[in-house]
Formats: sequence, C-alpha cells, structure tokens
Amino acid sequence: MSDIKSNVHIDVARVCELAHIDLSAEEQVEFQSQLEVILKAVSKLDELDLTGIEPTLYGHPIESVFREDVNTPSLDLEQVLANAPARIGNEFKLPKIVE
Amino acid sequence: MSLNSEFSTMTLAQASEGLRNGTFSSVELVRAMHAAIDEKDSVIGAYLAFDAEGALAAAEAADTRRAAGEYPLLLGIPIALKDMFNIKGQPCTCASKILEGYIAPYDATVITRLKAAGAIPAGRLNMDEFAMGTTTEHSAFQVTRNPVDPTRVPGGSSGGSAAAVAGGLALASLGTDTGGSIRQPASFCGCVGVKPSYGRVSRFGVVGSVSSMDQVGPITKTVEDAAILLQAIAGLDAYDQTTVNQPVPDYVAALRDASLKGLRIGVPKECFLDQTDPEVVTKVRAAIDACADAGAEVREISLPHTAYASAVYSVCAAGEASASLARFDGVRYGRRRGAAEDGLQALYNRTRAEGFGAEVKRRIILGTFVLSSGNYDRYYHRAQQARTLIRRDFEAAFAHCDVLMSPTTPTPAYLLNSKNDDALQASFDDAFTVAANLAGICGLSIPCGRTKAHLPVGLQVLAPAFGEVALLRAAEACRRELGV
Repeated sequence: MSDIKSNVHIDVARVCELAHIDLSAEEQVEFQSQLEVILKAVSKLDELDLTGIEPTLYGHPIESVFREDVNTPSLDLEQVLANAPARIGNEFKLPKIVE
Repeated sequence: MSLNSEFSTMTLAQASEGLRNGTFSSVELVRAMHAAIDEKDSVIGAYLAFDAEGALAAAEAADTRRAAGEYPLLLGIPIALKDMFNIKGQPCTCASKILEGYIAPYDATVITRLKAAGAIPAGRLNMDEFAMGTTTEHSAFQVTRNPVDPTRVPGGSSGGSAAAVAGGLALASLGTDTGGSIRQPASFCGCVGVKPSYGRVSRFGVVGSVSSMDQVGPITKTVEDAAILLQAIAGLDAYDQTTVNQPVPDYVAALRDASLKGLRIGVPKECFLDQTDPEVVTKVRAAIDACADAGAEVREISLPHTAYASAVYSVCAAGEASASLARFDGVRYGRRRGAAEDGLQALYNRTRAEGFGAEVKRRIILGTFVLSSGNYDRYYHRAQQARTLIRRDFEAAFAHCDVLMSPTTPTPAYLLNSKNDDALQASFDDAFTVAANLAGICGLSIPCGRTKAHLPVGLQVLAPAFGEVALLRAAEACRRELGV
C-alpha cells in the first residue's frame, strides 16, 4: 500500500503554518509521502455521486440547549492557574504579541 | 484460592457480590488489584499510573459505608480508566508529552457518576496519543502488549484498557471509541467492549478527539459487567449539549431473559470479502450460525458504502481532531517550549512540534489540509455528504433487522512494530467499526473464539441509535449460546 503514488500534492510546509506546528525538513519529506498515500486512498470518495445529498455533521440532529442566565460556580481559579506554564497574578503570562 | 489469585478472572458482578456478602472488603479487593499489577504489568504495560494510596483511601471509605448498611452495586469497586478523563487532582496525559504537568481541576461527568455510584477510579491506562491509532504503539510513554500474546499489539486506541481487563489487572475499565477504539482492542484482547450511541454518555471532561463521534464506553470481561457500567454513566448531562434527553433503561435487568428466538440478525456481506482473515470468517460465521440454530432469523444484507467508510472517517475525524487539538498550544497548560523572545507564534509552533508525537502531527496536518480554503469542498464537505449515505445504509438495514453481526476487525492481533511503515494500517483495522461512529449508532464486540494460534476473534454486534437494550440482549444471548 505504501507504493501507491498520489496525484494529489499537499504543500506540507504551508499547512504546517496553518496548523501552528514546526516540522523539521526530514519530517516534512516523510509526512509528504505518507499524507499523499492517505489522500490517494481518500480520493475513492470521488467515485460517489453526492449530488443533492445533505451533509451529516453529527450522529444525531443537534440543537442548541439553553439555560437561565444565572451565574453558577465555575472552576477554582487557583487550581486552573496552577497548570499555567507561566503566570503573573491571576493571568497567564505570554510573549509580547504587539510591538 | 486466595483473593489475589481469584482477582485475575473475577468479574465486576462477582466482586460486587463478594463485597455484599462480606467475603472480602474493598480494601482487600484494591490490594489484590495492586498485587496483580505489580506481578504482571511489567510485561503487559497497561498502566501509566496506579495511585494505590488514593484507591485504598477510597476503598476504606466504601467499606465504612457498607458497614453502615449501604449496598449499591458499584460501591467499593475499583474501575481503571483510559488516561483521557479529567479526574480532579490527578494528571491526565492522553499518553502525550504536551500535557506534561497538567493536573485536572475538575471531574469528568462519567467520573462524577462513577463516584456517585460508589465506584473507585483506580489507575490510568495507556492509549494511543490523543486516541489516534489502532495499536497503542503511538503512546508517548510506553508499549502495551497483548496479554494473550505479548509479542502482539493489544489494539487501540484503548489498548491499555483492554489489556488490563484481559490480563487480569482490572475488573473493568472505561475507554473511548471514536472509530473503533473500544471495540477493536476488545476484539484483539478477547474481552467485551461497548460503544454507546452518540449522545448516550456525556463527553464533558473527556479530552476531545472527534467531537461528532467520540463516546465513552465500558471494556469488561462480560456483557453483564458492561451493562452495569453503562447503567452508571449513561444519561443526559447539562454540561454536554450533545447528550440526549432519553431515559436510561435498566440495562442489567434487560439481560435476564435475553433470547435469540425470533431475533432478526442482518449480516453485512461486505465484511466477509477477501480482506478478512479466513479464520476470522470461520469463527464469526460459526457464531452467527449458532444464533440461527438457537432460533434467530439470520439474513445476509448489504451496507453498500462500507468500502467508503474509512475514507469518510479519515477526512472527518482528522478535520475535527485538528480543531480539537488546537487548544494544546503551551498557553494555559502543559510544558511550554520555545523562548519567550521568539514570540507567540514560535511558542505555539515549538510547543506543538515537540509536544505531539508523529501520528498526532500527521492527523493534525491532514485535518488542517482538508479544512483549508480550496480543499474544504473537495474533501471535508464531500466526506460529510458521504457520511449521510453511510447513515442511510444503516437506516435501511435496521428497517428489516434488529441487530447486525459481523467481524469486529478483518484480522486478529498482529505483531508489535510490524505495521509502522503502513500509512493506511489504522484505516484497515477500523474498516468494520468506523461506520457505526459516523452514523452515531451503538455497537459492541464480544469474543467468539480463538484462531489456531490462540488469538482472540471478536464478533461485532450493531444496533440502532439508543438501541442499547437490544444490543446488550443480543450479545448476552449469543454469548450464552457460544459458552464464552
């Protein structure tokens, strides 16, 4: 199955930017061929005539569920912030975003 | 026989009876579990962690409650858990480095419900990282081996859960099933695994993988044990809008008069083609024939879009998972990588590059690709449309059948490290299980025999959405007929 050549090209470097993941050059090459094998297999769906077929998004129809706009207890702030890789007071500390 | 030696084959129901009768205490039961783990887990590798002290403290509390006259079924029963559930005060790793240091600040709803029933969450079990895989080989931490044959995979992604139960290291466990991740490892290890209908069990506090397909379910030694656990965790949850306001039947009582007489069983022909191992075909056909001999009406049916299910799943699951995993960015939890002076983008990119394993990165990139502008219509939208056709296949089948029966997987468990180069192996393993997740129906796997090499073969039973009573009854009646 690994010998299948795909006629689908995936620009792994560009997708990595969108996905916010750095890949090494070696990983990019490796993933390129693996993903093209998968996309070749996925192209089997091209065989189907899907004209007029509505998409299915969930296992059953989903509706919005509402509740009263009443404040209820939430997570313990200290326990949440205890997981912070870096914090200042009650805030998560991050690198500068705006110059 | 001492409790320590009985533990490995004891069912949850037997443990409950033993506790109720005073044959042993919860403390003794947890000690027996700990002894089993100490003795055998160095080979099997099912557990990422076992907090003996915490489990024993909970066991003592359960014994005190029992002494005061409380006897709920699950009181004092230790349940091991795939490491994907938030349990307050405990780590939750999803077998990934990216959640290093994370301590859950709350309980998942299924944990709250187990605790309310008196059960003891005991032990965190290995899995494929973020539930992405079919062998548990994609864990960032350790290998889990199939207890039946330690040179082979236990299946995945709930491989630790199945290995612990089948290996006598847990009475019962909870796993999650997104494309077969309960049923397939149950099949590979020779135990029972149930995927409830989408919306039957709350996903609140369960780390999300594919939000339109994930379900929590039991992995157990018996159908009865699965019914007991499902009873405890199922039901509407205000914290999970996708749970459905349908009453939870008494699954345990429903098993009592389970019968195959007149049961209409559909057998999808697409699951018995060349791809399926001949020994698997033989064992599954024999099981279905036994059902017919016991009075079931068996008919061959077609699920015409079976061959497309894996492709649909690959696209939809990757797309959703890429969105679910966007939250792991080094900002609020986990170990942050990258130097502050390199900026926010670098923080995200390095944290995710170093924190995620290869399979997770692969699926995120695939998912991001199929959702991206210019590709969304061609891949993701079309996959969602094809998902409708798969759903319709089941609707048509269930118009004439009460349940469907097929092999759970095309093959039995294979050797560790034997499929590393095959980018399509997971799709192959899940070929018969993913359709149920796409359609939102319920399904399970029960053991139906062994191959000549003594490897377990799983029989998959499927029922319509919210048909867990029919599902469990059919499985229990079949199990009794087969004597497994």
